[in-house]
Amino acid sequence: MTTTESTEMPPATTDPEATTVAQTGSLPESTWNHHHLLDLDDCSRTEIETVLTLADRMREILDRRIPRVPALRGFTIVNLFYEPSTRTRASFELAGKVLGADVISVNSATSSVQKGESLIDTVRTMRAMRTDAIVIRHPMAGAPYLAADHTDASIINAGDGTHAHPTQALLDLYTMRRHVGDLTGKKVVMVGDIAHSRVARSDLWGLAAMGAKVVVCGPPTLLPLGLRAQDRPSHAKPALPPVSIETNIDIALEGADVVMALRLQGERQEAGLLPSLHEYAAHYQVTAERLVRAKPEHLLMHPGPKNEGIEIAGDVARGDRSIIEEQVTNGVAVRMALLYLLSGRVDPSEVGAETRV
Amino acid sequence: MSTLAIHNGRVIDPALGWDGIADIVIVDGRITRVGPNEGDMVVEADRIDASGLVVAPGFVDLQTHLREPGFEHEETIATGTKSAARGGFTTVCAMPGTVPPLDSRAAVESVLREAEASALVRVLPIGCITAGRKGELLAPAGELAGAGVVALTDDGHAVADPNLMRHALQYSTQFGLPVAQHPEDPALVRGGQMHEGWVATRLGLRGRPASGEATMVARDIALAELTGAHLHVCDVSTAGSVALIRAARERGVHITASVTPHHLTLTHERVAFGDSYTQIHYDTSAKVEPPLREEGDLIALAEALRDGVIDAIATDHSPVSAMQKDIEFDLAAPGISGLETAFGLSMRLVVSGTLSLPMLIERMTSGPVRAWNLDRLPGCEGLGTLAPGAVGDVTVLDQNAEWTVEPERFASLGKNTPLAGEQLRGQIVATVFGGRVVHETAEVAAL
Repeated sequence: MTTTESTEMPPATTDPEATTVAQTGSLPESTWNHHHLLDLDDCSRTEIETVLTLADRMREILDRRIPRVPALRGFTIVNLFYEPSTRTRASFELAGKVLGADVISVNSATSSVQKGESLIDTVRTMRAMRTDAIVIRHPMAGAPYLAADHTDASIINAGDGTHAHPTQALLDLYTMRRHVGDLTGKKVVMVGDIAHSRVARSDLWGLAAMGAKVVVCGPPTLLPLGLRAQDRPSHAKPALPPVSIETNIDIALEGADVVMALRLQGERQEAGLLPSLHEYAAHYQVTAERLVRAKPEHLLMHPGPKNEGIEIAGDVARGDRSIIEEQVTNGVAVRMALLYLLSGRVDPSEVGAETRV
Repeated sequence: MSTLAIHNGRVIDPALGWDGIADIVIVDGRITRVGPNEGDMVVEADRIDASGLVVAPGFVDLQTHLREPGFEHEETIATGTKSAARGGFTTVCAMPGTVPPLDSRAAVESVLREAEASALVRVLPIGCITAGRKGELLAPAGELAGAGVVALTDDGHAVADPNLMRHALQYSTQFGLPVAQHPEDPALVRGGQMHEGWVATRLGLRGRPASGEATMVARDIALAELTGAHLHVCDVSTAGSVALIRAARERGVHITASVTPHHLTLTHERVAFGDSYTQIHYDTSAKVEPPLREEGDLIALAEALRDGVIDAIATDHSPVSAMQKDIEFDLAAPGISGLETAFGLSMRLVVSGTLSLPMLIERMTSGPVRAWNLDRLPGCEGLGTLAPGAVGDVTVLDQNAEWTVEPERFASLGKNTPLAGEQLRGQIVATVFGGRVVHETAEVAAL
């Protein structure tokens, strides 16, 4: 029986994914060179694999009868949420608590933020209270970058405007990897509001690093211009992740290994980007009928919260190819791994070394 | 009687076609003599040795935000005109987006009074097109003209209602005032933070499409054609608007235009990237409206400036407090504090061989004067040239001097520039306004 008071991380057991990686001949040199996690655009494949490998061990802790270890005892995390969130906030809180960290959530509606305190001041104040890590969710793109410029606490981007959501992307990669192993050459299709999706943006970087082939699909008004081949700068190739664009969902889904439906916000219709939600559903809803074109063993994902009957049909969302609920569980494990790495209490090279067993 | 002699410089006066070594003598605020060794003919005089330097007419800026009244924490008439003098400008046209806005005689006169008391260089106020810059009712153009405004503009707000813009243009003709328009259609750029393109996509910021400028410029050209009024397009930033303006000028529409040094030389990549494309940042100092565009736009703008399709370089000097820049990109105020870097930054076009030095000087002196007929005004005789009889406004510059931009040393209260730490080639060595030295570097002062 596993004891809850062990100060040790669980030993790395036989890891099927590591074996898969080993078989492809690309066993990662484990590394992690970040003090902040702002996006995945500057993370290498080996760094991402370090997180995912550690997440396997975290998942094991989570699945215990009493999921609690003191690995981050004395480590203080502040959740600074300037935007409503249920799952991401709860996920970070649980991740910190499972590892024994002190977690405080600051609700922007009740704090001095309402009195007009600047983001820089708030972050500095948190650091002055000896906070080790600050998790920021903010309605404006780039806010975590501003914070990172003004503190030596670790900043974790929990979603900034329509820019990035790197922990969601990491949990997506982790969930995919658990089912399909190496993502090299796998076809991942994202359907929906790509233009306003921070999840899609971070997923594009993560999937590119892992070697997947990505197709984004949606109506032209919800596709960002800059991704089209003709918009891409020839002098700055690494500046955008590679991706194909397809407006016809039936063509996009052909042979897909993974299908991810993205949340459609009602405000897109109000902004005149869509005639109606009904018309959107008619052309872009992920349905059983359409999924016939994907590979039979495809995975169906959704970052949540989902609108069943709009971007995804209820039966497939709860069907046997859906791993949507598992994404949520894995989110806690991935965030635990990330917090542990950012804490500096684990030597990243040990993470990789153990997978070589 | 006060006399200033500027000796032995390379005198470049594009309006008169001069380019050669000469002396300039200014007596009681007017240029009296220009020619080789003329300085030796006057006995008692203050002297500047301009050997190895270029002597040009004082620069004229069509678009300066002095922020006073209303935003004295960002700039005052005193600090803004000191900044102008540092940048080689002897005339600045003050934008009306103050509080209160310059939409009445009283507001314009208060600016002129303050300028009389504290300005280091000439301040020519610009009035509003509409009352309160609200885009609803016309401001009293006749009253404003009487108070001394040199043009009309609603500053950063384009007049959205086409019918109102038509009437504004029509009405302005009786006073001979150019109507200067910010070139972006508010509906197409609403909420936009930077140029719409791949960098905005990378950063997750909402874009301001280039077409948001073309549609506004095209509309205004049609209205200028309809009314016969004088339209001035401020801050031209796209190849699309350049093409529209070029075609309109060829048809004989009364249209003039200006471009900023930053739109000529910096692209949207400046917002996100430093040395690599891996690391991004959100550089609010590069947030401007219209936004920094793409390489192809820069080329079209430089060609238009060279061909005279764009008449003038105007700084759109927009000092902004640190509080308004050290915040989230979406909340940050747009604007670049531009007077003190205008010449050095524009010199990049000379260094690259796109423009000759005399042509660059033309676009900063007689170009803007001609665009708005500023030399018709009392006290502005011969503005933009060094002809005998002209006002004694002179800029002495070293086209080869390299210097590093240090915002903390700006005279402007606005330290907001994306050029901090950058090397510029081309430096203002001395600025003379009305025969009085209003700026000189330590090297010149020591002589």
